[in-house]
Amino acid sequence: MTGLAEAVRGLSTEDLRSLLLIRHFELSLLRLFEAGQIGGTTHTCLGQEYIPVALSPLLRPDDYVFSNHRGHGHLLARYGDAPGLLAEIMGREGALCSGVGGSQHIYHHRFLSTGVQGESLPVAVGTALRLKGTGALACVHVGDGTWGEGAVYEALNMAALWRVPLLVVVENNGIAQSTPTHRHLAGTIAARAAAFDLPHIRLATTDIGTIRAELAPLVAAVREESCPIVVEFVTHRLGPHSKGDDTRPAQELDEARAADWYRHAAGGDLDLEIQALVGRIVADVSARPLSVWERA
Amino acid sequence: MTDVADARQSAAREGAVQGPAPRVAEHLNRALHDLLEADPDLHVLGEDITDPYGGAFKITKGLSTRFGDRVRSTPISEGAITGVGAGLALAGAKAIVEIMFADFVTLAFDQLANFAAKSTAMYGRPVPVPLIVRCPSGGNRGYGATHSQSPQKHFIGIPGLRVYELTPFHDATRLLAGMLEQGLPCLLFEDKVLYTRRMFEAGPLFRVGFAGRGAYPGDEVARVSLDGGGEPDCTLIVPGGVAHRALAAAEDLLMEHEVVCEILVPSRLHPLPELLPASRHVVVAEESTAGGTWGADVAAALHSRMWPALRKPVTLVSSADSVIPAAAHLEREVLLQPGDIRRAVLETVT
Repeated sequence: MTGLAEAVRGLSTEDLRSLLLIRHFELSLLRLFEAGQIGGTTHTCLGQEYIPVALSPLLRPDDYVFSNHRGHGHLLARYGDAPGLLAEIMGREGALCSGVGGSQHIYHHRFLSTGVQGESLPVAVGTALRLKGTGALACVHVGDGTWGEGAVYEALNMAALWRVPLLVVVENNGIAQSTPTHRHLAGTIAARAAAFDLPHIRLATTDIGTIRAELAPLVAAVREESCPIVVEFVTHRLGPHSKGDDTRPAQELDEARAADWYRHAAGGDLDLEIQALVGRIVADVSARPLSVWERA
Repeated sequence: MTDVADARQSAAREGAVQGPAPRVAEHLNRALHDLLEADPDLHVLGEDITDPYGGAFKITKGLSTRFGDRVRSTPISEGAITGVGAGLALAGAKAIVEIMFADFVTLAFDQLANFAAKSTAMYGRPVPVPLIVRCPSGGNRGYGATHSQSPQKHFIGIPGLRVYELTPFHDATRLLAGMLEQGLPCLLFEDKVLYTRRMFEAGPLFRVGFAGRGAYPGDEVARVSLDGGGEPDCTLIVPGGVAHRALAAAEDLLMEHEVVCEILVPSRLHPLPELLPASRHVVVAEESTAGGTWGADVAAALHSRMWPALRKPVTLVSSADSVIPAAAHLEREVLLQPGDIRRAVLETVT
């Protein structure tokens, strides 16, 4: 994978920082869970960090991002607030949503995540309807597994009929929790988008520069022509669905690891710097008092 | 008694002062016109709601002609249009979504219970979601099992979700404006037979007042009482769709049995408004099928608050525990009728 190595070497410091922040944040979460310092559940985006990092400069401050259960990277790539997110997950002072939302229910500026598959697509269509004509858009992240939900098709139908500025980002990591895509999805996502006459692009690369170059004109068209699009990333989930629940065979995991950008950034100065930074954030947030929820 | 004054003003605006009061359907349609005119951020969505059709029950007639894209006919997607309404509301607009038959609101349960209602609080701070989901409900029209239900009870007790029912006594403009003002998603059930009745009328024997002050406009409880009567023998508590059946029962009880009833009609079903019966016998009547009902919630509240004052536990009367048949004679056997209310009152007061 010399191509991948070159691509990682060619990243801007800003992009690499963002990638590393997400990677070390997620790894820290898994360690905190193992140590019993976090309860509940979490879904890390290990291996998929490059998607929100690539999208980040294509989004405007007045765009809405609708995220899902696997949303830490989406938030960090956009707002970078690792202490606030960790405090939210740990229920500590400074939490983005007072610790009420937790890992998968976060509303911060124009970022909103929910925990039910497919639920946010119709909501995103409503928000996009409101944004239509302003140049802003609604970006909604879904997985391959989300395409099992009827709400997806109801929403795409309306998005196409009403021509709302909706950017659907599909992170097709080949597996829905424990069920491989070929066992849960008939046909293709491309064909499903085509059924609604929606443009669809499939991006198998992890190269951030290539992704941006491909997407920039398409995202501009979403804004200017108010035409929804479906962007499908072929990606890899490196980690478990949640925690310690990975049942994939070793060969599959090896393939996922081979595609991992981090192999080419590990051990570098920036890697060590961000690792230390996240370590300090974990220490700081862990020492904070519990969050307080002031009920309406 | 500001509500009564408002109601009269509303009637005057509709040019109905000299003639009969408007029918409930016309009154609600007028309210939607007024709300859309007053608020350029308000949207109305639903299946087949635009002109010339104007909605299955014509409640949205004329709206799309006057207000263009803010009134939108949608695909047959109850779940998603409820989500679209929530998305509009989150982004600073307001939305009224019509579900063609209340039976189909089950398809929007996830959007209502898991998204719209939770979003108001699960992000740790109050998030306004000004959304009304209108649901034409109830039977006695021969539509059969899947077009006749009163599913209010399934939505009782969902944090963040308010449940209302249209009544013949509450001014609809005021009621809907009050619902939007709260910034919480609200369900509004609208009895389909009530659509055909006239607003503000309780017959020659009864007068209508309002008890208590609601937190929001339209939250007050309508009190229908015998003109010049003293302490009633029985208090009937009913949602708006049962008001006319309760009136018919109350008239009959007075004429045939000399039993004096008052009728309390709240517009808000959940959370319960303060219900203040003037008598020591209480009957709650609703069209929902039996089991896990709104009335059980009312009874629990009254028992804990006024147990020593009650002569008997609150009596609950509802439709039977049954699917709703299509044939008129069979439907009547299942659904709550005035005779069921009359019988329940007689058994309670004697």
